[in-house]
Amino acid sequence: MPRTEVMNTKGLTLVDAINEALAQEMERDERVVVLGEDVGLNGGVFRVTEGLQKRFGAERVADTPLAESGIMGTAIGLAMAGMRPVPEIQFEGFLGPAYDQLVNHAARYRTRSRGAVTIPLTVRVPVGGGIHAPELHSDSPEAIYAHHPGLKVVMPSTPYDAKGLLLSAIRDPDPVVFFEPKRVYRSFRESVPEEDYTIPIGQAKVVAEGTDVTVVTWGAPVFQCLAAMDELPEDASIELIDLRTIYPIDVDTIVESVRKTGRCVVVHEAPKTAGLGAEIATIIQEHCFLHLEAPVQRCTGFDTVMPYYKLELDYLPESPRIQKAIEECLAY
Amino acid sequence: MPRKVVYEARVEYVQILDEEGRLDARLAAGTLTDEQVAFLYEQMVICRQYDEVAFKLQRSGRMGTYPQNKGQEAAALGSGFAAKKGADFLVPCYRENAALFLHGLPMEHILLHWMGDERGNQIPEGVNVTPISIPIGTQMLHATGIAWAYKIRREPRCVITYFGDGATSEGDFHEAANFASTLQVPCVFFCQNNQWAISVPRETQTASETIAQKALAYGMPTVQVDGNDLFAVYKETRDALDRARSGGGPSFIEAVTYRLGDHTTADDARRYRDPEEVAAWQQKDPMIRTRKYLESKGLWDDNRQRAAEERAKAIVQEVVRTAEGIEKPTTDDIFNFTFADLPAEIARQRDTLRTSSIGQEPTQAALRAGH
Ligand SMILES: Cc1ncc(C[n+]2csc(CCOP(=O)(O)OP(=O)(O)O)c2C)c(N)n1
Ligand SMILES: [Mg+2]
Repeated sequence: MPRTEVMNTKGLTLVDAINEALAQEMERDERVVVLGEDVGLNGGVFRVTEGLQKRFGAERVADTPLAESGIMGTAIGLAMAGMRPVPEIQFEGFLGPAYDQLVNHAARYRTRSRGAVTIPLTVRVPVGGGIHAPELHSDSPEAIYAHHPGLKVVMPSTPYDAKGLLLSAIRDPDPVVFFEPKRVYRSFRESVPEEDYTIPIGQAKVVAEGTDVTVVTWGAPVFQCLAAMDELPEDASIELIDLRTIYPIDVDTIVESVRKTGRCVVVHEAPKTAGLGAEIATIIQEHCFLHLEAPVQRCTGFDTVMPYYKLELDYLPESPRIQKAIEECLAY
Repeated sequence: MPRKVVYEARVEYVQILDEEGRLDARLAAGTLTDEQVAFLYEQMVICRQYDEVAFKLQRSGRMGTYPQNKGQEAAALGSGFAAKKGADFLVPCYRENAALFLHGLPMEHILLHWMGDERGNQIPEGVNVTPISIPIGTQMLHATGIAWAYKIRREPRCVITYFGDGATSEGDFHEAANFASTLQVPCVFFCQNNQWAISVPRETQTASETIAQKALAYGMPTVQVDGNDLFAVYKETRDALDRARSGGGPSFIEAVTYRLGDHTTADDARRYRDPEEVAAWQQKDPMIRTRKYLESKGLWDDNRQRAAEERAKAIVQEVVRTAEGIEKPTTDDIFNFTFADLPAEIARQRDTLRTSSIGQEPTQAALRAGH
């Protein structure tokens, strides 16, 4: 990546930032290997691994056969043997065939070997809807993986956070599922430091400070929430939290905020039932019960299969629906 | 203590119509009549036109991602034509539109699918095909199950399942092949080896010399055919189906063909493909040789070509009009097909289009009003 050229056009996209993090970590740590479908010569279907094979060779940036269980399973073996594998699964819908390897093996090895075998792998997965993609290219399965003990789950929404979190993830001693919201991939640029920096896994970010209501979200809906906030009256003081890490969840940041505001709306693309909104609402009632002025609201995808794209914007929590949920929570 | 060969195998390659349109009359005996070839060629013209128009629809923002079938028409048509319409069942991937149309799938369905509309998957009663499959390699197990049901019920029906070269790397493929042949079900595994899986060439995908030989490990009859040769594809598929129908179990066919277009409209194959390779395969285009054959028989000329192209244009134009004329589905459709009996919570979400709870729970609202 010709860094200076990119910076000259107002910073990096999410794609650029992830690419830069991968390149820098491969440079720094020769144990890091990238593997997946079309990640080599083609630079990945979203071009996130663009140029890496040319720079680091086909051994460290490997085009694998078309087999997700194979990708995840061999990544586990690579990790066991002292490498730092960064497999890519092309779309979240194709985690299906990799599921067994990820949750029954990667997630459990440390526990089942009582710490003798550890699996430091970071699986990168484009996630979420809103880009008019075909079936199984638009889902939000983060809650499923957060539910599996032994996996860390991360979903940055900005280029800056993506770089810092990816470096943390690759250096983490345990398996990390690194979800990349496709809708944000090229939606904007931001200035990202060229040097090495990390953002700790497990730390949420307060995007906007406020005192009347807390909005908790992550991934692409961060921007839907910001749009909703723009539409709300000036005097509505909204605190927006971007979770950034889904697991381990940053209880303190949420609790501190809700104790201040007394109200909370959780926004996510995934279906409502058994989604992370349920977990967050429970954390809030456990820690903030006597501070609450209103029931915690969930503004989420519906409890249905993600529709094909003609209806995807009716399914996703877009800003008008978020706005309404915030208004109602404020008025309660 | 002996050391001996316990297994030896070979894989045959079959070509009947070569690139120049020359027919091996001996091998062709009892396959396709000239009228059938002319009919299938016209289907090729229509499908090629369909592909071109679909591509333009995507480029002009009227449709989402679309995978062109260009170059693989003979594989789809030769195999689809060998199956009995209304009796046999096709379980496709996404590069055999022509076979699906042959079996009665209304042409607008495929466009609707790629226009982001599930109604494209709502297969009409009596059309024996499954919706196209997006997750790679999963459908071969379904095909095996369908064929298993036919076997249990002693129905003289067969299944053809289609998949790409890349799909043979997925575990599901190997499970399907193993189930099908241990259960001896009437299923034909039809691999469209178009040399590429997005940017990954066949040689990187598998170290096997042929894809066909993978079936040998499962004890399945197998053959490699020139996938751009209608005759070879038809003959081998027909033979495999005959074998299946008479209790001979599953077969494997590797159709050696080529993806003349990009992987999909979201792809740019120039990034990873040698233009010379593409140019060489363009010479092997199934349409060229089929037309040459028909011309050599005096069954085709420029006038008939023009007429066929005009007809194809009119057909496809009408199909596009139909697909684009269908009103946007209502939001109810997001919910209504989730279950036969909709759980109350989903019905509530459908009727209110919300997931947040304030004002939703009547007893709580009443209590609050009384506060
Ligand atoms: C399980 C799964 N993994 C990955 C993908 C992404 N993907 C779509 S098509 C494709 C390549 C398929 O290659 P092949 O089976 O040869 O079929 P072709 O597209 O060449 O017809 C890939 C990797 C997918 N759709 N499903
Ligand atoms: Mg292929």
